[in-house]
Amino acid sequence: MADKPRIDPETGTETTGHDWDGIEELNTPLPRWWLWTFYATVVWGVIYVILFPAWPLVNGATAGILGWSTRGDVAAETERVALSNAELTESLMTVDLRVLEENEALHRFAVSAGASVFRNNCSQCHGAGAAGVQASGYPNLLDDDWLWGGTIEDIVYTVRHGIRNEDDLDARWSEMPAFDGILTEEEISAVTAHVRGLSGLEHDEAVAAMGAELFLDNCAACHGDNGLGDRNLGAPNLADAIWLRGGTQEAIEAQIAVPRHGVMPPWGERLGEAEVRAVAAYVHGLGGGERQVAEPLDAAESEEAADVPPASFPAGAEETPTEAGEPAVRPVD
Amino acid sequence: MPGRLTHINASFPADCDTHPMSDAPPLFAAREPIFPRRVRGRFRSLKWAILVITLGIYYLTPWIRWDRGPNLPDQAVLVDLAGRRFYFFWVEIWPHEFYFVAGLLIMAGLGLFLFTSALGRVWCGYACPQTVWSDLFYAVERWIEGDRNARIRLHNAPWDGHKARLRLTKWAAWLLIAVATGGAWVFYFADAPTLLRDLVTLNAPVVAYATIGILTATTFVLGGFMREQVCIYMCPWPRIQGAMMDPGTLTVGYRDWRGEPRGKGGIKRRQEAAAEAVGGGDATPRYGAAATPDGDKDHAGGRVARDGTVLGDCIDCNACVAVCPMGIDIREGQQMECITCALCIDACDDVMSRIGRPRGLIDYLALDDRPPVLPGEHAPVRPLATEGGDAPETAVPAQTAAAREGLEPGRRATDVDGSPAPAALTADRPFITQGVGDWKPQPVWKHIFRLRTILYTLAWAGIGVGLLVALFVRPEIDLTVAPVRNPTFVTLSDGSIRNAYDIRLRNKHGEERPFHIGLTGDGVLRIELEGEDDLTVDVPANETRLQRAYVTARPQDAAAGEARSDLRFWVEDLVSGERAFEDTIFNGVESNDERFGSAG
Repeated sequence: MADKPRIDPETGTETTGHDWDGIEELNTPLPRWWLWTFYATVVWGVIYVILFPAWPLVNGATAGILGWSTRGDVAAETERVALSNAELTESLMTVDLRVLEENEALHRFAVSAGASVFRNNCSQCHGAGAAGVQASGYPNLLDDDWLWGGTIEDIVYTVRHGIRNEDDLDARWSEMPAFDGILTEEEISAVTAHVRGLSGLEHDEAVAAMGAELFLDNCAACHGDNGLGDRNLGAPNLADAIWLRGGTQEAIEAQIAVPRHGVMPPWGERLGEAEVRAVAAYVHGLGGGERQVAEPLDAAESEEAADVPPASFPAGAEETPTEAGEPAVRPVD
Repeated sequence: MPGRLTHINASFPADCDTHPMSDAPPLFAAREPIFPRRVRGRFRSLKWAILVITLGIYYLTPWIRWDRGPNLPDQAVLVDLAGRRFYFFWVEIWPHEFYFVAGLLIMAGLGLFLFTSALGRVWCGYACPQTVWSDLFYAVERWIEGDRNARIRLHNAPWDGHKARLRLTKWAAWLLIAVATGGAWVFYFADAPTLLRDLVTLNAPVVAYATIGILTATTFVLGGFMREQVCIYMCPWPRIQGAMMDPGTLTVGYRDWRGEPRGKGGIKRRQEAAAEAVGGGDATPRYGAAATPDGDKDHAGGRVARDGTVLGDCIDCNACVAVCPMGIDIREGQQMECITCALCIDACDDVMSRIGRPRGLIDYLALDDRPPVLPGEHAPVRPLATEGGDAPETAVPAQTAAAREGLEPGRRATDVDGSPAPAALTADRPFITQGVGDWKPQPVWKHIFRLRTILYTLAWAGIGVGLLVALFVRPEIDLTVAPVRNPTFVTLSDGSIRNAYDIRLRNKHGEERPFHIGLTGDGVLRIELEGEDDLTVDVPANETRLQRAYVTARPQDAAAGEARSDLRFWVEDLVSGERAFEDTIFNGVESNDERFGSAG
């Protein structure tokens, strides 16, 4: 394989002497500027090592005389963005939340900021898509069912103070007593049948009739005579299609016998006012947010509103006019 | 085979320091300076024209104005990186239409295949920026320092005031061109008049100055000092092109069968022949038609050296080497260094005209396009023509002119410089340059219109037509629909099933437009827009608006209970009436029990 170098007659250049099955290699000299380029990279390397972090040490690396670091870059960038958003952040902290959505630029800012707040702080329980986790009792934030109210203001309160935590005295609080021992198993089954009937689920009419009595005696105080719930008490609506912990016979029975209660920490201290408002705006915009009523409802209106059965579509209507008179459903082509 | 002549190195110009031949070859070799001589001719004129056109396009394009109406830039060609738009006259490319750019790149690739298979490295020789700018720098250099001989003298002269003055003048001129080059580039990325004002008043962004600085440096170094080194050592294209040429490709080459053996001599007879037969100049026929007064076509103008050697047409004047910007000798055959700039053709044609020989000794030729029987070779199918020169006029001469001159073939065993000539030449070819009978090279179109080039052209044109069609049928409004998959559906308190969709609405008009969003589907579905009371949203001029839409199926609707049902979103520009649609899927639940057991 290693022959003696010889002069290649075609080019007049010496070969390296390496021979692979008759293929030889010319020992063509490199262009000299190539060498200069190499020296230039060496010089560049020395300068770089002096200026920038380079040599790895046990704790970190040599700093370089410029003091540059990627973390510093990120910090500077964050600061720059915060500074450029300072005005919007300031407005967000003081804006009347009832008119936030009318200020389009501010609302867009709040929703984008809230999206990242949500992913960092809320998605661990509520899921990245905010759909909740039924098995753990983390509620779905996308639907139109709100235990504690679904306006931006309501959501801000819930986020700021949390639910059923011992850290914040203003936390939302409700606690359903355990009926295991108060009611017999048969009675719990009967109440369950009645509750399933409230939301139109399959149930035994005869058993449910017995349960109706028990419901009025034991449950209606909080959940209301028709099972529509009461937000002031944190009592869920039992007549809708949403079941935080499942709507099967077994799941409801279990919840009546020994209720489980979810806990949410207070975020007001940790996030600060602007981020709490931002995340509330984001959650409100996920599809289930309730419209803010301009003036708080008085007691009579409140009761009236509670008596309205859950919104349902008129059975035969194919077109429901919206507020703007726009057909909400376009005829099928 | 001819074309691999190995006895040529000896004629390499003495001022070019060739590889020093020592026992141990050096690890590094200095660049051999190249001093191309000025040349005039058809290809030089063509190159000047292309240089003017390409540089003109490069420098002037950013300054062309194009009125697009309000809210849109009025620069004809603009790459708006911040706004993510590319403007090209009436065309506006958005990021989602990047396939246009991909298509153009594919066309550029196929175009290079096409040109390379038909005309070799024609891109390198005429249109490559490295060639164009090097050419310009050479012109400046020649203008300031003089032509080849003056530059060689200056190169060898010691440094003094005169040399320093010339060098500094040249570098200053180069630097001006380089600054203008880098300066022109940035105008493609911002409004040119505004940017020029900002650049002059030092208000332009740092990146603009940095870009100009880098491009100035690269232009100055690559065009002024690296030159052919870029083509030989840095550029991958020469290697790729070598694989795309074939024997039928037209490329710059040397007709060795006509030129060899080269040598100086026979001058008197050459001049006579020129004067008597053709009158010289551009009227000289290109191939084989020149005849001596006695009508000896095969031997027209043939030269005989003092020692009796019958010589080819190459008078070894080195003009082709002197003009070469790559510093090579084209007579050595195909070389990786050759960029086919064709300046050697101009140089050689000029010499051939002056000595009264047909032009085209160096020419655009295909390697497979040679006379069927070279001068002096024995015709394989003509055994009858033997002696006495009684072969028919049209027949390829089977007996060599050398023989008719009474020369013994063996006498030509030495070349003019005394080095041994290859045995093959001695035995088979008695060195007569004419005598190819009626042979003519194939017309150019036969090299260009070949199956391979036609297929490339068809592919190239097909993509081009496809892009044009796509360009003209694309709508001014557009939407993309991304169904929200996390979760696929939401159960509402009344049992309805709701899906969410992120709809991106594009408004390419120069003004804000109201867009109406609607849907059609197999069953009854309702649509709502997040944050809107109705189904009409305003999309700002020349922007994309992200709008979330909710589609709901009531419990009694079929779509609520089906795993998937088809759905089509429509968007209508309420001003122009343009419509666009996109199909997507509505996700329901397969059984009611599952639905009511779902997360709440």
